[in-house]
Amino acid sequence: MKFQIPIGPQHPALKEPISLRMTVEGEVIRDADIRLGYNHRGLEKLAEQKSYIQNIYLTERICGICSHSHAVAFTQGAERLLEIEPPKRGLYLRHLVAELERIHSHLLWLGVAGHEAGFDTFFMYTWRDREVVMDLLEMISGNRVHYAINTLGGVRRDLDEALRKKILEGLDVLKQRSEYYFKIGASEPTFVARLAGVGKLPRERALALCAVGPTLRASGIPNDVRKDDPFAFYGEAPFEVATADTCDVLGRTVVRIKELFESYKICGFILKNLPSGPVAVKAPRKAKPGEVVSRYEAPRGENIHYIKSNGTDKPERLKVRAPTLANYPATVEMLRDGFIADIPLIFAAIDPCICCAERTVELRDARTGEERSVRFSELRRTAEERFRRLPAQRNVPWPF
Amino acid sequence: MKTALYLLVYPGLLFLFVYSTFAEWFDRKVYARLQNRMGPTHTGRWGILQPVADFVKLMAKEDIVPSRADKTLFVLLPVVGLAVVLTAGLLVPVWMSDPATPGVVSFSGDIVILLYLLSLPTLIFFLAGWASTNPFSIIGGTRVLTMLFGYEVPLFLSVLSPALLAGSWRLAEIAAFYRAKPLLLLPNLIGFAVALIAVQAKLERTPFDIPHAETEIVGGTFTEYSGKKLAFFRLMTDVEMVVSAALLAAVFLGGFGGGPLLGFIQLVAKTLFVIFLLSVIRAVTGRIRIDQVIGIAWRWLAPLAVLQLFIVILIKGFLR
Repeated sequence: MKFQIPIGPQHPALKEPISLRMTVEGEVIRDADIRLGYNHRGLEKLAEQKSYIQNIYLTERICGICSHSHAVAFTQGAERLLEIEPPKRGLYLRHLVAELERIHSHLLWLGVAGHEAGFDTFFMYTWRDREVVMDLLEMISGNRVHYAINTLGGVRRDLDEALRKKILEGLDVLKQRSEYYFKIGASEPTFVARLAGVGKLPRERALALCAVGPTLRASGIPNDVRKDDPFAFYGEAPFEVATADTCDVLGRTVVRIKELFESYKICGFILKNLPSGPVAVKAPRKAKPGEVVSRYEAPRGENIHYIKSNGTDKPERLKVRAPTLANYPATVEMLRDGFIADIPLIFAAIDPCICCAERTVELRDARTGEERSVRFSELRRTAEERFRRLPAQRNVPWPF
Repeated sequence: MKTALYLLVYPGLLFLFVYSTFAEWFDRKVYARLQNRMGPTHTGRWGILQPVADFVKLMAKEDIVPSRADKTLFVLLPVVGLAVVLTAGLLVPVWMSDPATPGVVSFSGDIVILLYLLSLPTLIFFLAGWASTNPFSIIGGTRVLTMLFGYEVPLFLSVLSPALLAGSWRLAEIAAFYRAKPLLLLPNLIGFAVALIAVQAKLERTPFDIPHAETEIVGGTFTEYSGKKLAFFRLMTDVEMVVSAALLAAVFLGGFGGGPLLGFIQLVAKTLFVIFLLSVIRAVTGRIRIDQVIGIAWRWLAPLAVLQLFIVILIKGFLR
């Protein structure tokens, strides 16, 4: 017997609204369908009304976890448009925060993976230790989530010797804990039994479907913007691109834990070789007409910002391609012919950030499939009317 | 008078209610401490009244019956389920533990009745899922039944082998036998381990919380249940945990002899020990998949239970 189960828009496995329609036969998934558009905020349009400096804080709010990576991608692009070069110390500090953010994001993901696999103890442990890096970020920037440390031409805050020591101490603690997690993630029998062989994405399919980030690297392709197209100091920083060749969720877990160690290495390098000097230069307000594409390796994969300027102090167009969006086609492929029990794990393994990826909405009539464009006020009126009539028609069938 | 006391106070309704809420608190506290959390702290001293508070809160909540559900079944099942496990609780040999005098609640074959009564909740969960007519509930319900085929046989085999060694089908007599010869408890250790894991699966706790795996199928069997009915189901699970723990304690740990007071102390200590072990299993494992449950049950648990049976038969031969 085939029937559809709706995972989302509201479901305990999802932290943000998205709709996964699963056609299942017993416990096996026969087909998967992803629908987006539940969390559209119109950020790109908003960016056109704000100046470059305001847009840093706007782009930071695209994501609540990898906030800094969006801000870095935007700032890098804007700096190229404004033709300024941030001082070396500023760059080092900017990417120190970026690597600490990668650490916090990956620790968070490990916990989420544990929770999705029903291994709540792992979740509690990783999130407890994540507090160490959150505290470090708060000490550096004053904030836990939206660090607001970037500015055009550098960073807004400097680092003193005492703080430098504290960060090194915190990193030591984290390194020790991560080794323990590596042991658990790769050897706890019930956990490994759930991860190994789940959500297969062969190398060729990963390339054909344009997967990015740890999803792609777990399929054995060493793709990392920091290595392939080195920006800032990444050309000289000692780190390796973590890969795995198991092409499954276990591989994605291993890649993320390995990346934690690479990030500790990079942070150590930054703190040891921190150059002296100013942290920022003064930036002009207006940019010459032109366009730029800025790439940055966010914790979830390659993050692309396209900025077009028209000679004023506001960008004419900002286009954001968040890594999650690039991973959706691969997710459908991974879900097919899996078990219902693996849906949350496979979906969580791309580390989805749904609100990052929401760029457009398309209004489509549920029954006829007809596309429409409506004003927001009209949409609101329709919704209000519909919900006023709702009690009368409690038993409406599923419209699809 | 004595019967009323037995039914309503100890080990009947009142005791089972109070003790099962305490057991839930204990389980939650141990689980939380193993995860580096505090667990309940607010209601009562050390949060000891939290399960009672949860129960009262649920009883006061709005009670919704889905319009498409099978209403009679949907409403009836929580009550029947609670009644079943409470009845099972009466069979635990605490009060009239004198082996010489069989009674209504302690007779030859009560171990089989107790196991049977403990299997019924599984069927009730399945029917509850099916009666809800919600896709998540239906999947949860079928998972309940699928799992039953895995753990039930190992559980029966492992619980009945100590009974074979004792040569009795009566819980009080089995317990008395092992109290007389405590050394004979040692050969049953394999059976104890198998029974612990099977009970963990019966109670649907991690790594076997598959029928209501939150991240996969929302509430599973209980998705549509709310208010009083959910409160009854939760109480039912707690009582089931206490009764199963008491069964394991009676069969594998020498029961609760030595008069009412000493028996009571032993009951609490031994069931809490079993529940502690169950909590540790819950804390150190992740959820496995339904096909893996069946695999583990038939590849490991069932052969181990049979091995236990062989050991018991051999020992019985030597003892003669």
